[in-house]
Amino acid sequence: MPSTISAWEFAFPERIYSSEDFYGEFPALKRGNLEKTGVLQRYVASEGEHGSDLAFVAAKKLMENLQLDPSSIDYLLYLSCDLDYYAPTTAGILHHRLGLKSSAGALDLVQGCSGYLYGLQIADALAQSGTHKRILLLTASVLTKYIHPQDKGNRFLFGDAASATLIEHTSQGGFAPFLMGTDGSGAEAIFIKNGRSRYPGIDPNAPDIIDEFGNITTDNHLQMDGLAVFRFTMRTVPELVNTYISQQQLKLEDIDLFVFHQPNQYLNELLRKKLEIPEERFIHCIENYGNTVQNSIPLALHHAAATGQLRKGMRVVLCGFGSGFSWGITLLQY
Amino acid sequence: MDSLEIFTEKLLVELDSFPPESLKPDTHYRQLPEWSSMHVLIIIAFCETEYGITVTGEDLRGCSTLRDLHNLLLTRQ
Repeated sequence: MPSTISAWEFAFPERIYSSEDFYGEFPALKRGNLEKTGVLQRYVASEGEHGSDLAFVAAKKLMENLQLDPSSIDYLLYLSCDLDYYAPTTAGILHHRLGLKSSAGALDLVQGCSGYLYGLQIADALAQSGTHKRILLLTASVLTKYIHPQDKGNRFLFGDAASATLIEHTSQGGFAPFLMGTDGSGAEAIFIKNGRSRYPGIDPNAPDIIDEFGNITTDNHLQMDGLAVFRFTMRTVPELVNTYISQQQLKLEDIDLFVFHQPNQYLNELLRKKLEIPEERFIHCIENYGNTVQNSIPLALHHAAATGQLRKGMRVVLCGFGSGFSWGITLLQY
Repeated sequence: MDSLEIFTEKLLVELDSFPPESLKPDTHYRQLPEWSSMHVLIIIAFCETEYGITVTGEDLRGCSTLRDLHNLLLTRQ
């Protein structure tokens, strides 16, 4: 039986870092350039705020909103790059904190900007297996903790958040088959080198890496090759969208709404224009959150629903793309 | 390929954060205080979307003025 998105909820760190805060910290920067990214403010996690804690809050809110019996959840997926420990899974810890039944599986999935599509695909596959009717997909990003304090461009762009999405069987509509992809040659385009198996721990003597604009990073922090990411996006996403829609035996004009990952409003506008998607069918939702990685698509869905742009019965294309490089797309009959 | 004058006019519409008259065909744009990483992206995107010509970051680093960039595009037609 197909599955669909039934509900979503969100959680954010306590602190808001506005653009005024940013220019107060970097007064020498000229205004007007970074504003093209579309970001006006972003939530930033403090040292004691972890992805799993934010995900827990989002999950509790969703369960309370729906008065959901924890024992009715058949599987928990925690999708994030921020895991509590090397072992055990963070999903298992969240399973316990949320009071789920022991027969519910719990699994960590690690993926970046395309992560929501990967999570939905796994959830849909579990649902279609017939044994799992209700899956809770949690995403969380606290990437701002890994951005160097003097990496001005990325500090302006990224924000933190968590989401909780309920995926359930449906007798009407639901997800079409997913189309996913990977290009590992782009591994270093969005890169945090130190802190995992190959380069364990943090290097206190890591030298500064300074670009021509004075942005500073190190091997302990996020390194993003903006041009490489731009080239990947423009090369991959338009072809992906056109190919997928054609595979579904549809045309672009048959799609009511396009909800993409929100990396940068300027970049997404280039995509919209290249695909010739009318403005009213394309969701922009970055100004209040920044690039929230795996959380950007559910946030954009929420924004679209709240503004009346997303309505029941619509055909919605969801498309995630980014680190890896990786990508995923699906059609949701909402 | 557009003339240098028209190329400059079109590109200035995209680079709207530069004060009027500050950016001309022979201005060394990297020396302008407004110059930022977003402008690199905007210029490369403009060359691709307007003229279908791929310009890399390395290409751009080899150009100091819009005239240099226009000359580069002329060789790539």
